[in-house]
Amino acid sequence: MNGSYQLVIKPRSGWQPINWHEAYLHRELLGFLIWRDIKIRYRQTLLGGVWAVLQPLMAMLIFTFVFNRLAGVRSDGPPYPLFAFAGLAPWIFFSNALTASSNSLVANQQLVAKIYFPRLFIPIGAVMALLVDLGFSLLLLFVLMIKYHWALTFHALELPVYIFAALLSASGLGLIFSALNVNFRDIKYAVPFIIQMGLFVTPVIYPVSYLPARLRPLLALNPMTGVVMGFRSALLGTPMDMSVLRLSLIVSVVLFAAGLLIFRRMERRFADII
Amino acid sequence: MPPIIEFRNVSKEYVLGGAVRQQETLRELLMRKLRLGGKVEVEAAVKQRFWALRDVSFNVNEGEVLGIIGRNGAGKSTLLKILSRITDPTTGSIEIRGRLASLLEVGTGFHPELTGRENIFLNGAILGMRRSEIVSKFDEIVAFSEVEKFLDTPVKRYSSGMYVRLAFSVAAHLNPEILVVDEVLAVGDMSFQKKCLGKMSEVSQGGRTVIFVSHNMAAVQNLCQRGVVLSQGKVLFNGGAEDAIQQYLHSVAGTAEQGHIIDLLNAPRTAKKIRPRLLDSMEFFTDGDVAMPGTMPMGAGLKMRIRFNFPDPVESFDVGIGFDNVYGQRVFTAHSCFEPERDGGTHVGPQTFVCNIPSLTLVPGEYVLRIWLDANGREVDLVNEAARLQVIESDYYGTGRVPWNGVFVLKHHWYSEKANGVSSNS
Repeated sequence: MNGSYQLVIKPRSGWQPINWHEAYLHRELLGFLIWRDIKIRYRQTLLGGVWAVLQPLMAMLIFTFVFNRLAGVRSDGPPYPLFAFAGLAPWIFFSNALTASSNSLVANQQLVAKIYFPRLFIPIGAVMALLVDLGFSLLLLFVLMIKYHWALTFHALELPVYIFAALLSASGLGLIFSALNVNFRDIKYAVPFIIQMGLFVTPVIYPVSYLPARLRPLLALNPMTGVVMGFRSALLGTPMDMSVLRLSLIVSVVLFAAGLLIFRRMERRFADII
Repeated sequence: MPPIIEFRNVSKEYVLGGAVRQQETLRELLMRKLRLGGKVEVEAAVKQRFWALRDVSFNVNEGEVLGIIGRNGAGKSTLLKILSRITDPTTGSIEIRGRLASLLEVGTGFHPELTGRENIFLNGAILGMRRSEIVSKFDEIVAFSEVEKFLDTPVKRYSSGMYVRLAFSVAAHLNPEILVVDEVLAVGDMSFQKKCLGKMSEVSQGGRTVIFVSHNMAAVQNLCQRGVVLSQGKVLFNGGAEDAIQQYLHSVAGTAEQGHIIDLLNAPRTAKKIRPRLLDSMEFFTDGDVAMPGTMPMGAGLKMRIRFNFPDPVESFDVGIGFDNVYGQRVFTAHSCFEPERDGGTHVGPQTFVCNIPSLTLVPGEYVLRIWLDANGREVDLVNEAARLQVIESDYYGTGRVPWNGVFVLKHHWYSEKANGVSSNS
């Protein structure tokens, strides 16, 4: 019985490695946390899951009217509504996921203060629970594509890569913000602001080609640039700047790694200060 | 075989400033880092530190049921939090050789919007159970909780009793090698508490190691073989459960700032008429004649030795001791006039008189003792608040449960009688 499992608890300080083995042992809990978030998100709402598609749909209609009809913004190929929706679907996923995960530790403070399990699961679970909403908005996009007679190509098989990149970006930033939020409740006010600004520095409304070539690398530092470009390319077959895409995807991977490290470093003090 | 858990000089320091002002704002951090204004305030907050645990070392052996007792703030919860890996020790280490599950609070992770069924799965997973494990124990958990009918109702519509029953049931079906439990028995109604205690002893008899933290001495007495008493973050005692409880009682009594000998001569009198002070002192002993500083388990024996002085000879005298509860109600009067056999004759000079109560069955609580002296049929001295007596929980009924209301406990039995015959069950 003994010897099968041995653990030494001692003070930790500084950077901590990620305990993959432990995360693997608790993997079912991550599933349960995601399932819980999905279950309760639309409990006791009238429209339920419709909210998942209503948000990008309304945004798409407004954007098409304001930016396309009034301001004259053009897409780089597909009809503007499709172009806008293909960008809004991942962007709304990202913004909702970032909001949810930034608040996740504080919202689950009872768990943090009373039970031990890999704390990484809380913000990451909050992000993953929103994949269901993303799925619903993609379904709506397919419906819209039928309406606009826009054919799906084999490039759609690349979509999982970009969904994964969106997951990494939202989780990476969510890990950092949720950990900071334990200490500094300022984060709660900063996140909506960051999201609002983020929409304009991500090519959701406009195509990347609107920017002069020398500014594009700057845009590529935003991890969501690559995701939005990738979604459009995979689903609508729009052309893209490979160097921008590559850099942006690398940024999302780096962001996730940084998120894990920062979270692990701050983790040991959560229970004492939350 | 090495101990299953080894605590080695575990200490935990908390910064009080951080606890009071929950979070430092970003502005304060920046100011601190940049050494701008507000520095003094922040430093003052940082300096308030205290050690919740200081050099705690002890071992837990496999299969042992260990009770950790101590007053509020003694460090029990901090110890469990470190053991459960919720927070790190500041110094020292703990070595654990087995799978450990801890229950610091029942129902952690329950979500009000989810149904009973859903919460069983969620809570089980949070407590470290595998999905397959939960599935196999599901029926058992439901049966134990007695909420079958409401399984598909969101738990926010549950009564608090149902909620707690379901929460405990999930926890009770955990199957680790080491179980850490904090005060969870103080939940639910009496019948459910009995069930919980039953489950606890079942667990402990199953050869598993249990660490049990409680204020409930009855439960500790009933379940534990060994006890560790914590006081102000340090191990005060580590040994048999019975002795640990005695030590705990002493440590509790110490705070009342009352030794086992109480000075009556200099105690304030309220009588208007100035009289000579005759009552001299009062001493508390257990029925085994061990000095006892005013704290005793319910149902234990109590001896009170009262010394007084008669400067002039008296033909007869009596001593009375009244026990008032915290509400100021007289709950019991011990008076020597009820004693059938007394020495006759004349009494003069220092006297010693003992009152022996073989079993004081007042319910747990604090009592104020009033003591008075009669001589020749007249009251000659009175001390209104002579002493305080703390009666604490004990396993009076042998069931691990203690009454929470009423004034005293009495031995009694229940049995059922059938209409046509007699069927008893003692």
